[in-house]
Amino acid sequence: MHFPFGRARSAAARFPRSDTVQAPANVMARITFIQPDGTENTVEAEPGMTVMEAAVKNSVRGIAAECGGACACATCHVYVEEEWREATGQPEQMEEDMLDFAFDIRPSSRLSCQIKVTEALDGLKVRIPEKQF
Amino acid sequence: MSEDVIKTDAVIVGAGPVGLFAVFELGLVDVKAQVIDILDRPGGQCAELYPEKPIYDVPGLAIVTGQELTDRLMEQIKPFGAEFHFGERVESLDRLDDGFRLVTDIGTIFECKVVIIAAGGGSFTPKRPPLPGIEAYEGTSVFYSVRKMEAFKDKDVLIVGGGDSALDWTLNLQPVAKSLTLLHRRSEFRAAPASVAKMLELVESGDIAFKLGQVTELHGDEGKLTSVTVKGSDGATFEQPLEVMLPFFGLTMKLGPVADWGLNLEENLIPVDTAKFETSEKGIFAIGDINTYPGKLKLILSGFHEAALMAQQAHKYVHPDKKLIFQYTTSSSSLQKKLGVK
Repeated sequence: MHFPFGRARSAAARFPRSDTVQAPANVMARITFIQPDGTENTVEAEPGMTVMEAAVKNSVRGIAAECGGACACATCHVYVEEEWREATGQPEQMEEDMLDFAFDIRPSSRLSCQIKVTEALDGLKVRIPEKQF
Repeated sequence: MSEDVIKTDAVIVGAGPVGLFAVFELGLVDVKAQVIDILDRPGGQCAELYPEKPIYDVPGLAIVTGQELTDRLMEQIKPFGAEFHFGERVESLDRLDDGFRLVTDIGTIFECKVVIIAAGGGSFTPKRPPLPGIEAYEGTSVFYSVRKMEAFKDKDVLIVGGGDSALDWTLNLQPVAKSLTLLHRRSEFRAAPASVAKMLELVESGDIAFKLGQVTELHGDEGKLTSVTVKGSDGATFEQPLEVMLPFFGLTMKLGPVADWGLNLEENLIPVDTAKFETSEKGIFAIGDINTYPGKLKLILSGFHEAALMAQQAHKYVHPDKKLIFQYTTSSSSLQKKLGVK
């Protein structure tokens, strides 16, 4: 038995980028999480992922994200620092509804699973509440 | 008084997708199961957290919602006639000479040969507002659910929240309470429109009060609340007198009594072997999100695989005298008979 197509593919796989231009390096956005005690934790996030995912990936304390980003548990609550509130925007209806199940809601409250990381958010600072429940 | 004991082969703790599929795999090897879940319906996280969210990684189903997957599993396991006990939480698990005994929070007793823990992230429990000292008032002045309406008769009641639970209990307790105040952080409600309309009527007629704000402090003594400090939407604070507070902030997952069952735990997860998915205790299995082993992925499909392998070992405990022959549902007439398709 022989597999002509399989063989052709594996040859290509061996030299995947031989004739392609190197893609530009991924631009990362730095996000700083400020704990209730003031300690700061800056992590790098890829545009497209959410602020919650960036926190979980880097084991940032205080972001429980029980539902895994389905906007269904309100355990990834953060306070967006004043200077970043315009860039992160306002919560949509579903998020605003879900914030009812978080505690100590302030005008800067957001669910971090609903903030998409973009290059424009490089430098973003968010505060983690005392407790997520 | 003789106690009623439900005797069965297997007790499955948790009716999420993995617990449900365990019914199927156990059923194929002639192990009968009873299923217990704290929620009032099957589906676990799929039903509670994301009934309408699409799941894209269930093999064979390009897209399926949490609710649809639950419904399909319930259909698939129907032939095995498992009995369900919803709204109950297993409190204790003890070893007997020839199996196990489990008792739920409402006193249902099970005796079985094997136990399958498919409890996911733990049991769903009401969220406790992170207010200093709240524990001291729980069960006396602070309640997260209503077991008996009578307990709120002639009391000054404060209900906190804006979801269906908050609205439903506002409507139900208004006639029995001495006074009822609903407190919510905003004037929009995420609840059935009919309930909201009814509540607004009661506000209009002066039968209840509605206030905007969030509780920041509790005041009282010896388990009895007398007032709470509320931060209003304008930032100013006020005192709200009360005798009873009912906070409704949804549910969260807590490991709960599983932690006290004498099993080895690693960071709230139950270590298992990857051949049988058995815990440190023989006859007790852990499958789905609640277990851990090298390479573990918290995926529904991993839980399904674990259920299939678990069933092979469970069969040995339940039917020690019978040899298990591996069969396919596509071709085995005895399996097809069990499934009711032959």
